[in-house]
Amino acid sequence: MDLFIQQVVSGFATGGIYACMALSVVMIYQAIHHLNFAQGEMAMFSTYIAWQLLAWGLPYWAVFPLVIAISFVGGFAVERIVFKPIENAPVLSHIVIFIALFAIFNSFAGFIWDFTIKAVPSPFGDGPLYPGAPIGTHQAGMIGVTMVVLVMLWAFFRFTRMGLAMRAAAANPDSARLVGVKVSMMTALGWGMASAIGAVAGVLIAPVVFLEPNMMLSILLYGFAGAVLGGLTSPAGAVLGGFLVGIIENLAGTYIPVIGGELKLPIALFLIVAVLLIKPAGLLGRRTVQRV
Amino acid sequence: MATSEENMTGAPAIPRAAAASAKKSGDTLGTIVLAVLVIGAVILPFASKNFFIFQMTQVMVYAIAILGLNLLTGINGQFSLGHGAFYAVGAYTAAILMEMQGVPYGWTIPIAGVLCFVAGFLFGLPALRLEGVYLALATFALAVATPQLLKLSPFEHWTGGVQGIVIIKPDAPFGLDAVLNPDQWLYFFTLVIGLFLYWLARNIVGSRTGRALMAIRDNPIAARSMGVNTAVYKATAFGISAMFTGIAGCLGAIVIQFVAPDSFTFALSVALLVGLVIGGVGWLPGALLGALFIVFIPNVAEDISKGLAGAFYGFFLIAVIYLAPQGAGGLIRSGLARVKRML
Repeated sequence: MDLFIQQVVSGFATGGIYACMALSVVMIYQAIHHLNFAQGEMAMFSTYIAWQLLAWGLPYWAVFPLVIAISFVGGFAVERIVFKPIENAPVLSHIVIFIALFAIFNSFAGFIWDFTIKAVPSPFGDGPLYPGAPIGTHQAGMIGVTMVVLVMLWAFFRFTRMGLAMRAAAANPDSARLVGVKVSMMTALGWGMASAIGAVAGVLIAPVVFLEPNMMLSILLYGFAGAVLGGLTSPAGAVLGGFLVGIIENLAGTYIPVIGGELKLPIALFLIVAVLLIKPAGLLGRRTVQRV
Repeated sequence: MATSEENMTGAPAIPRAAAASAKKSGDTLGTIVLAVLVIGAVILPFASKNFFIFQMTQVMVYAIAILGLNLLTGINGQFSLGHGAFYAVGAYTAAILMEMQGVPYGWTIPIAGVLCFVAGFLFGLPALRLEGVYLALATFALAVATPQLLKLSPFEHWTGGVQGIVIIKPDAPFGLDAVLNPDQWLYFFTLVIGLFLYWLARNIVGSRTGRALMAIRDNPIAARSMGVNTAVYKATAFGISAMFTGIAGCLGAIVIQFVAPDSFTFALSVALLVGLVIGGVGWLPGALLGALFIVFIPNVAEDISKGLAGAFYGFFLIAVIYLAPQGAGGLIRSGLARVKRML
């Protein structure tokens, strides 16, 4: 039983990483109704910028908002420069552009900062939360920040005019345009926000997994799994899903002998397929009904 | 065959009228182009270096794989970011049969085809409930998980684990080895299989099954009300598509003489998808153009800059999508339509 509790708690800690990532996945899904496969790489790039600023001697709490701002502008710019001209191209062309962005960010990160592993400091310290705890102060801090982002996001979508406009633009672009919402601007803002949340995720994850250009691919997959599990339309669901994925991954690794360390990614695959089959809307997501 | 040409070119986002007007001129032109291509392909291995022959063989292998993906995406309208997995199944089938069971390489191809058809059909069953972005996601997960599945310790006895399996390159049979070296022989071997599969794909598209698949792509609800069993057809499309890709994987393994888990990463699935989009979704001959892109453009990018090869590849991709949002197929189609209007 002790082992079980310990595994659940440490799964909860890893789940914090996935929850962060899942939140930014849901954010971009709200804005453009696509999954951005370059999301992880954009977050990685933001994290490198943070590392660089820290290396230049800026204090952590100045770097944190600065990186979020830079990422917001960066995400906004990517949408304006790369996606605006091909708004009407088929979906598959968009996916290819995601792939192109993936290659570009990955390659530039490796070129500028090379492929050696870098350590990113944690603002919360790296000891255990209390003596003998299975969860560190950093993990606890990370979960706290994720919760704060979640609440802010929820409030933004629920209470602000802009949040409402954004939801309208994503749900029904034509009608939204008719009532005066600048749909294309909303999409760009959505990109900016997703990129900013990705930056938060990247900076928080980096102290745990270390910084290198390929750090994000598997985390993105877990983020997708978390987002799908919780429901792609629900930020709260994404966070819940992220934690659940972390816990399931840990428990499966402990109790199912074949899995061990080597089968961790297939668990994400299995989870995604299982959720999509059993409850496609996810735990907290809204069912989408299509009019024929 | 004549009707198939029209349907084939009618990818979802393209106006029907334009496709129809290009049909007649496209048909005779298509035959001429095909004849020229085949003649060129037969002469090529006698006029170039072995490495170039090897590269062109690889182009054909990828073209077959992309052809399979095109049947799924272009004709049936289902996404897949995970076709690298089926390619891997085909490749491992060839390697295990040849090196452990001593099966002649020619026989591994139909076996890989059948095996991949079954695998694809089975994966297609749960995929039935997924559409658009969700299917992309499930197949993306499949692509990312493939190398780890191949490394699994219970199968290590068969798959050789991380080390993979080395395959011995076959010589040309029937005394042909006096005329053809192994590279040239494999080139022709791949060419013949590729042409056969292309013929097969065209006939599938032109058949009753093909029409059902396209009906599902264009309007699943209408198709169902016309009596098309969407579930069976969609799963079958997945199976056929996986069969093509698996045969490509099988040929690829024989050509490269090596399989290992890390040859079948997410990057492979991505390359196939890129080839599909560059060639033109729904336009079968586009597979060859897409394959040329994914084999040669990374090398071009690497020549420009070693460190930034990935970035240049990305820039090329974006440039191509800007210039031809519908891929090469769309570009050729709109070009033909414009010529037609001028005449």
